[in-house]
Amino acid sequence: MATVKFSIYRYNPEQGGAPVMQQYTLDQIEPGMMVLDALKRIKVLDESLSFRYSCGEGVCGSDGLNINGINRLSCITQLDGLGGRVEIRPLPGLPVIRDLVIDLSLFYQQYRAVKPYLVRTDPEPEVEVLQSPQQRGKLDGLYECVLCGCCSTACPSFWWNPDKFRGPAALLQSYRFLADSRDQITEQRLDELEDSYKLFRCHSIMNCAQVCPKGLNPTEAIGRIKQMMLGKMI
Amino acid sequence: MTGIVKQIERRRFDALVIGAGGGGLRAALQLAQAEADVAVVSKVFPTRSHTVAAQGGINAALANVRPDNWHWHMYDTVKGSDYLGDQDAIEYMCRAASRLVYELEHFGVPFSRLDNGKIYQRPFGGQSQNFGGEQAARTCAAADRTGHAILHSLYQQNIRAKTHFFDEYFAIDLLSDPEGYVQGALVLCIETGEPLIIEAKTTLLATGGAGQIYRTNTNARINTGDGMAMALRAGIPLQDMEFFQFHPTGIAGKGMLITEGSRGEGGYLVNKDGERFMERYAPTAKDLASRDVVSRSIFTEVKEGRGCGPNGDHVLLKVDHLGADVIKSRLPGIRDMVRTFLHIDPIDSPIPVYPTAHYTMGGIPTNRFGQVVAPEHHGAEEPVPGLYAVGECACVSVHGANRLGGNSLLDIVVFGRAAGNHIIEVLKESRYHRPLDQASLDRALAHLARWERTGGSETVDSLRTDLQRTMEDYCGVFRTQDVLDEGVRKVRDIERRLADVTLQDHSRVFNTARIEAFELENLVDVALAAVTSAAARHESRGAHSRIDHPTRDDEHWLKHSLYFRDGGQLDYKPVRTRPLTVDSFPPKARVY
Repeated sequence: MATVKFSIYRYNPEQGGAPVMQQYTLDQIEPGMMVLDALKRIKVLDESLSFRYSCGEGVCGSDGLNINGINRLSCITQLDGLGGRVEIRPLPGLPVIRDLVIDLSLFYQQYRAVKPYLVRTDPEPEVEVLQSPQQRGKLDGLYECVLCGCCSTACPSFWWNPDKFRGPAALLQSYRFLADSRDQITEQRLDELEDSYKLFRCHSIMNCAQVCPKGLNPTEAIGRIKQMMLGKMI
Repeated sequence: MTGIVKQIERRRFDALVIGAGGGGLRAALQLAQAEADVAVVSKVFPTRSHTVAAQGGINAALANVRPDNWHWHMYDTVKGSDYLGDQDAIEYMCRAASRLVYELEHFGVPFSRLDNGKIYQRPFGGQSQNFGGEQAARTCAAADRTGHAILHSLYQQNIRAKTHFFDEYFAIDLLSDPEGYVQGALVLCIETGEPLIIEAKTTLLATGGAGQIYRTNTNARINTGDGMAMALRAGIPLQDMEFFQFHPTGIAGKGMLITEGSRGEGGYLVNKDGERFMERYAPTAKDLASRDVVSRSIFTEVKEGRGCGPNGDHVLLKVDHLGADVIKSRLPGIRDMVRTFLHIDPIDSPIPVYPTAHYTMGGIPTNRFGQVVAPEHHGAEEPVPGLYAVGECACVSVHGANRLGGNSLLDIVVFGRAAGNHIIEVLKESRYHRPLDQASLDRALAHLARWERTGGSETVDSLRTDLQRTMEDYCGVFRTQDVLDEGVRKVRDIERRLADVTLQDHSRVFNTARIEAFELENLVDVALAAVTSAAARHESRGAHSRIDHPTRDDEHWLKHSLYFRDGGQLDYKPVRTRPLTVDSFPPKARVY
């Protein structure tokens, strides 16, 4: 039963003024408690604290936050590993709407821009399009993305150019369809990524792979897209 | 009040869809592809919807692994429903299943594959070949992340179809005119706190279930029965709300779902003596009996002192004998979850589990076209003009008294599509929007303004906690008249206390406290429907288990309950026992 001190980013545009870090202390922190559990307890004390969450088990992707300097999902981040002081801020690099809630419009816009959907040009069969377990295996590590935004908002290239650089999350999705044996617009997908920003602003800093709460590796996916482009040029 | 109307922004669409889970998105896709003007309103960004958490899979008799047939699937579903399911809707769903799963595959769903390249299928509870014979393998799976795979693919196809999304808008109330036509809804933009009127020729509710009426549940926090409560407030009854599914295998004490697929892959339950106790309760199907049966068995084992752990309060789900390869390839998501929340690896250790509130079988009554039906003038099944409902918020009823695993993802795509198609036909004949009814709008605005009040003595959190605990204690797995009657009194008392709840924070911008207050109102309405319906049904059927009425009573109770918010009245209507083309499956003893 430990005591933990929380320092939480607060900003309410209706009240004006600069954002502040507000301090809260919770005792009776039990082993295994998650950051989300603590936020919910704080909200009982102070209902004006706004944050997003939903499933509470790391699959809906609502609750990406910057916790002690690292982007992660509050519902699967244990307090145990964070020491007695926990600093919680919104994900960096995008506008803050209020408190821990950020405006993800640019993030979603980049996602939509990579045509994140399967496209086939052949007539549709009346049954499933066949895919071997090996071909399907190529989608593992790609399709599990929960669109939490932890990766893109950890990426310095995305901070600088969130309107031009697609960012790791969108590029991971782009590769998810490039890697899918059923998709038939590979050429077009690669062509659409060809300028100096959309893909090539990735400088393999690897922040994305380090923070991904699902253990995915956007840097590697981006590398594979670059390889495919190279292959196409040759 | 007329002055206010001019100040509130209005948008007009052909079709309004409230809720962006699988049901709403499948309907929206059908509409958008038909070039209808469709708006999807969702209180969360679409891929946060709870469909994302569905694990095990979606049923369809593809026969990719073992022989199968839609008619066997229909039989299993009727039997699983404890004969309360409507057989026309069940036939329609099971017949459509294969085609719609292939369609999902064409949408891009990354289903797991067999060596021959076809979609992987696993056995699930309550499935049989040949009308009660050998175990079937009917559940099409994308590892144990099938809901995630389906929800994302449906959202992606909607992006492609250019569906118009209102993300993070909360629906307050339906708008309807004195003739009963539903005309859209008043919604609240969560980001700005500003209301918005969405006028539509048709409105589809796809708002999901209400698992948050219980303390320990597998559901996301957003599952607060919003659409169900909106329907109740619009004078529409809720059907069969006494039937609430407790999933046998939630993580003990915490509630996270461990898929039935873990038993489908060969896992099994043991008590403190290491006994595979399901052999005693369901000699044939064992661990793959229906969920209601397995949940009661676990409950009984614990109650009779054979539970595991220092407090003897759970049983163990063993999957460690399956081998690391099977767990890593077929059950990677639950492995992650168990490692995160229990700090054990299911490859080495059994998982402590206990029945956990999971799924709302009841809901807004509809026919198989997704049209909401209510007793208005001359019959129990009159369509409410302009209003549709699909998925967990609806009761069509394909699940009856107990849903089979793998049938909920199927339900949402089958009836989402069916409702979309019906709406397309209706739109052809409805060229203009009917004039918005001022009185209806005024009522919705008054509801919206309710949370501006100050000076109350109760908080949202304390009342919600009391409600969830009350439902758990008084409307759980096993029920008796005394306990249920007490439950009704207690929830009624909570309803009265709701009047004393006020907010401290009345700010506009992204005020989640305000949203939680609206959700609490919805939870209270839905909980009252559930406990009131349960207290009135004097038999045991499916998930509704009465210790004081231990057997099914087809003579008196083979009928659907209808709960009305006004005065908490109950009515009943017959089960549609006649299928579309095949012979009816008459009720018989239900053994697994």
